[in-house]
Amino acid sequence: MADAPALPDGLVAVVKRDCPTCVLVAPVLAELERAGAALTVYTQDDPDFPAEVTVRRDDRTLEVSFLHGIETVPTLLRVEGGREADRTEGWSRPAWEAFTGVSGLGGDLPEHRPGCGSLSVDPSLVDELRVRFEGGVLHARRLELASLEDEMEAIFERGWTDGLPVVPPTEARVLRMLEGTDRDPQEIVATVPPQLVPCTVEKVAINAVMAGCKPEYLPVVLAAVEAACTDQFNIHGLLCTTYYSGPLVIVNGPLATRIGMNSGHNVLGQGNRANSTIGRALQLVIRNVGGGHPGRHGIDRSAFGAPSKVGWSIAENEADLPPGWVPMSVEAGFDAGVDTVSLFAGHGPSAVVDQLARTADDLIGAFVRKVGSNFDPKFFARRLDNLLLIIGPEHGRVFAEDGWDKARIRAELNERLFRDAGLDVPSPRWDAPAIVFAGGDAGLFSALIEGWVSGPTGSQMICHPIRT
Amino acid sequence: MTTVLDPTNEQKPVARQRSERSAVIDGMTIGLLDIRKPRGNVFLDRLQERLEERGFAVKRYAKPTFTKPAPADLRHQISQECNLVIEALAD
Repeated sequence: MADAPALPDGLVAVVKRDCPTCVLVAPVLAELERAGAALTVYTQDDPDFPAEVTVRRDDRTLEVSFLHGIETVPTLLRVEGGREADRTEGWSRPAWEAFTGVSGLGGDLPEHRPGCGSLSVDPSLVDELRVRFEGGVLHARRLELASLEDEMEAIFERGWTDGLPVVPPTEARVLRMLEGTDRDPQEIVATVPPQLVPCTVEKVAINAVMAGCKPEYLPVVLAAVEAACTDQFNIHGLLCTTYYSGPLVIVNGPLATRIGMNSGHNVLGQGNRANSTIGRALQLVIRNVGGGHPGRHGIDRSAFGAPSKVGWSIAENEADLPPGWVPMSVEAGFDAGVDTVSLFAGHGPSAVVDQLARTADDLIGAFVRKVGSNFDPKFFARRLDNLLLIIGPEHGRVFAEDGWDKARIRAELNERLFRDAGLDVPSPRWDAPAIVFAGGDAGLFSALIEGWVSGPTGSQMICHPIRT
Repeated sequence: MTTVLDPTNEQKPVARQRSERSAVIDGMTIGLLDIRKPRGNVFLDRLQERLEERGFAVKRYAKPTFTKPAPADLRHQISQECNLVIEALAD
């Protein structure tokens, strides 16, 4: 933010003619002057107002009002040594008398009158004011699009989009996006492959604007960028592989509900803004900051890709977890109630259907057969950590009625698959496979998300805390 | 006109910015660059005469060929030795 202009010592009043309370107190300001107070009046809309006062300053630029955080007019400040010592807002005879030390102020006036909104917080002006006075915090290169250029076309032509339109990242929008975090805009979030570029909070915010995020999603996007750019998740390899997958972002903790994420009907589909834009913002960061473009001339060489590569994000339905079940983040080692993002390198979904099973033992068979069709010991013999299961509420109910929780489902799945293949059953691990509870509450279905190769040379699922 | 913020790593120039123009050219060293188009030298010879009459220091340069951009070394040399350059696009 720009430095606030120094104020003259003594009393400072900020007023506007358009405010009836300011008009009401104009004679009181003159009274103060006559009583010998060192008074300076800043006027927001009319430099001739109030005519009764001799020392007036023109603040039609609203610089003083904005940078001194004036929210109400009239505001009376006491300034000592160039610094604000105290302030009072609106008109209140006792408050003004105590504030100024002058008694009998405004004899004909009512005792109290609330003030009006300062022009510096007027919703129609505040974006422009923020760009003018706070735009200095933005370090990214500015590009002026010519008046005859269509904004959307200009942005497509520069290669900044994933093929869908994006929201033009104006300074006002990016400043609003940065309101979503307490982090410094110039803090480095991660080093983004493939070009290994240090990426700032500001650059993430720009891409989040383009993806269509709201400011309250920004902490999730920042955490997703941090998690993606770890050696464990290995977004570089995931980007460059000829395989189908892309990053799936799964959000746990109370934040998911606060920002309105969908964990119910159509959880993997369209229609929810947070679900549709958080993963997209991550993918735009990889594309624009990291330089990871798809296609013949880019480094993303996926043979087929998947529609989910545009970016997908979901939340776990923690509120309706069956008795005894815990959120995925808790299985990953975090305390309940901690906000986390988990990233899984996958694509899909693939349907797990069983509308007949009435026992857990019967239902697990559907999962064994489904996973088994993807379970080629030639490639995936070590662990099921390149799979993610999303268990729907109705399947969850069938399991829970027989007392099976996520750990039991995981153990039975591993036991049956590996034993039937004549292999040693691996020791249990939360991500082999990871299990999320989500989906619509009607439909005896679950979803299998297949993933890219795991292990130290592939992508290992990661659960990462969200900072605000 | 809309101003947007660059979402990329900014490794590609958007548009080359012109360097600032000075209002006064007294005392400057002026480079004359022949791009090797025919008769460019005739034009530059005359320009050199006129500039030297007015007391300017003049240095002459030539590109190897007009069909290709000036080599980086030549551009660097000119930037080090001159305050401004006049390029003859004659034909």
